Amino acid sequence: MAQATFRVWRGDSGGGRFADYSTGVTEGMVVLDAVHQIQAESAPDLAVRWNCKAGKCGSCSAEINGKPKLMCMTRLNDLPLEEPVTVEPMKAFPILRDLVTNVSWNFGAKQKIRKFTPRPADAPDGTWRAQQADVDRSQEFRKCIECFLCQDVCHVLREHHLHDEFIGPRLLVYAAALEMNPFDAGDRLGDLKDAHGIGYCNITKCCTKVCPEGITITDNAIIPLKERVVDEFYDPLKRLLRVFRK
Amino acid sequence: MADFPRYQYDVLVIGAGGAGLRAAIEAAATGAKVGVVSKSLLGKAHTVMAEGGVAAALANVDDRDNWRVHFTDTMRGGQYLNHPRMAEIHAKEAPERVQELETWGAVFDRTKDGRILQRNFGGHRYPRLAHVGDRTGLEMIRTLQDHSIHLGIGFHMECTVNTLLKDGDRLAGAFGYERERGRCVIWEAKAVILATGGIGRAFSVTSNSWEYTGDGHSLAYDAGADLIDMEFVQFHPTGMVWPPSVRGILVTEGVRGEGGVLRNSEGRRFMFDDIPPNYKEQTADSEEEGWRYCQGDKNARRPPELLTRDHVARCIMREVKEGRGSPHGGVFLDISWIKERISNAPEHIKRKLPSMYHQFKQLADIDITKEPMEVGPTTHYMMGGVRVDPESQMSTVPGLFAAGECGAGLHGANRLGGNSLSDLLVFGKRAGEHAAAFAREQGAGRIDEAQVETAARQLFAPFERHGEPGAEAPYQVQHELQTMMQSLVGIVRTEAEMEQALEEIGRLRQRAAAIAVVGNREYNPGWHTALDLPNLLTVSEAVTRAALERRESRGAQFRADYPEKDPAFGAVNIVVRKEPDGGMQISRVPVVPVPPELKAIIEEMK
Repeated sequence: MAQATFRVWRGDSGGGRFADYSTGVTEGMVVLDAVHQIQAESAPDLAVRWNCKAGKCGSCSAEINGKPKLMCMTRLNDLPLEEPVTVEPMKAFPILRDLVTNVSWNFGAKQKIRKFTPRPADAPDGTWRAQQADVDRSQEFRKCIECFLCQDVCHVLREHHLHDEFIGPRLLVYAAALEMNPFDAGDRLGDLKDAHGIGYCNITKCCTKVCPEGITITDNAIIPLKERVVDEFYDPLKRLLRVFRK
Repeated sequence: MADFPRYQYDVLVIGAGGAGLRAAIEAAATGAKVGVVSKSLLGKAHTVMAEGGVAAALANVDDRDNWRVHFTDTMRGGQYLNHPRMAEIHAKEAPERVQELETWGAVFDRTKDGRILQRNFGGHRYPRLAHVGDRTGLEMIRTLQDHSIHLGIGFHMECTVNTLLKDGDRLAGAFGYERERGRCVIWEAKAVILATGGIGRAFSVTSNSWEYTGDGHSLAYDAGADLIDMEFVQFHPTGMVWPPSVRGILVTEGVRGEGGVLRNSEGRRFMFDDIPPNYKEQTADSEEEGWRYCQGDKNARRPPELLTRDHVARCIMREVKEGRGSPHGGVFLDISWIKERISNAPEHIKRKLPSMYHQFKQLADIDITKEPMEVGPTTHYMMGGVRVDPESQMSTVPGLFAAGECGAGLHGANRLGGNSLSDLLVFGKRAGEHAAAFAREQGAGRIDEAQVETAARQLFAPFERHGEPGAEAPYQVQHELQTMMQSLVGIVRTEAEMEQALEEIGRLRQRAAAIAVVGNREYNPGWHTALDLPNLLTVSEAVTRAALERRESRGAQFRADYPEKDPAFGAVNIVVRKEPDGGMQISRVPVVPVPPELKAIIEEMK
């Protein structure tokens, strides 16, 4: 059986180092299979977070050869196995242990976004009517599996650590799904401008590139939200009206 | 008194999949103080893997549908071992539970007139599954998650419950540990809801993740509650079979609902060769009629690929066994053929089955719009579980409730696709409501500190055994259990093999008791695997003993030594209970009689 070497980051918040593990490679294997094999063969306490192993739950995010990916959807035959494959935890979040990071900030930040607010129903039985075309956009955003890879590559979070001022691409997508949900009557534009820091995004599209669900985060979610914020708060006519209202 | 972090709740929910979240939402809505403990992060539970849809007789696509038809379909699919009152409640309440999700932000696919779209599925007479492409479970769990975080619920993510704490006969709380730091935690609670999902990890080929180790089943059993229908493990007919690393990953029944067909190596649609008598009337005579059904022709009957899961799984096994399988031990599932019938087939397939397209493309180098998939049965769902009161979902232990997959009664001998998502909504809600009422009426129990001490000792014992002679790591024991259960208590069962399985379980139990783990307590998967093993062994034994007791073939249970149905067994459910001396007691109880008004409905729909 062919062998490959995996250079896996081992450690905790106090620091760590890479450790090399050699393991057998069979047809169709993904990086998560290799990690599990290493656990069973030589490192039973190697910490890794995973669930569905089918790209649907977004638990096994990591950086593989420096690229943010889901371990369960990264095939070994797409990697150069002559060299060691490096597997590291995401960098935008505090490390817990080995490949596992503390992503709880995302859950807390989501809670601060105004929740879904139903608009009045369309039919006497309390239900709504909408064409498929009206829900397509919101559905695109709702494909998100919350793997947080987009948060991981966003330089505002990864390099500038502005977690207190900016909610990041995942949560902008979440806000966009609500704003573009035809059944929602909530208004999040003021929050997006101020509390959620949408202005920090300078549309480098790194998030879009790493999204395993193929959501066009920047073009379909963030830019339209930015436009709405601009229309609402920076339109000269509206600004003038606001001055008079005061 | 042990110095562990303690939390006090009115209602503690164990599990944060669809059932757990729905229960927590309902309990919180009554004003109860609610805590949720989950082994994983929020939104990652197995509900996320549900693909095809949620069954509810909304009648948006076919106005002939109503709760009575849904009820009848569910009973027929379960071979009449279902609890009729649960099947009735489920069919009646599912539409409201689904529509309610929209008021919490869910966005389902739409009909042309703007309502929630519904699709065909196995065993459902009319298009009944509300869906979002093939990611319905994600839509549901996200909706419940996003709604629940604004209700003041206390979430304990990445925590595992090991022991239910009792005060005399009633529940008083739970004891477990935090993954992150490996610390013990005590959750004091006036009522506890189990919503821990299934037992798929007891088998080697499964669509379930590491979490599904039968925790709720095992916790309830150890707390003295009855388990019922444990012999009925659903093997979903279509899991991936190749490459080896993806074996078992689910291929949604939605593929067949959209017109996908099963063929053997000779190219024959073998499902036409074996249609059970009680479904003959409802099943298409020709490929032509089957296709018309998938296209929404109300006068056509469904293709045999959409017969119940137990039957389709067995037909696939037969083809493979008789040498007509695909190269890697499955059969062919083909959706690409619809290009002969519709012009924009590849786009249509990608739109209707996006995650299937993605999954095969990425993991198996197969383009499902161009070529057939290889599929075979995979362990998918546990029909059996905690025996509950149909109205309240309370188990036979006061204060202990169960909902979703770890509860039992609704599905009988076989679950229809789509009925699990509606099950978790309908009975999750009821469990939350009644657990909150129980908490209000009963007040708090007293935590037994001696029980806590014992549980804590057991928790850390695997670390202390490190270095002892005969100690081994947990992974090999788990692997052997899974392989053994798959081969001896799988789709085809015999008495001799299951007796052998019981002996193996005994041996594995001894090895499990000697397991040692290395490393420290923080996020140590070896340790977690060791702690989950006793639960897997308990449910494996329960499945095996119940399957031995049922000397007939019915629904998901196929006994090669008793290949026919036996009316005597059609009149009983099998109950599993822990005896005071710790042994496992198996007994037969009469099935709950169908009241005359429901019987009349079943007769009318025949």
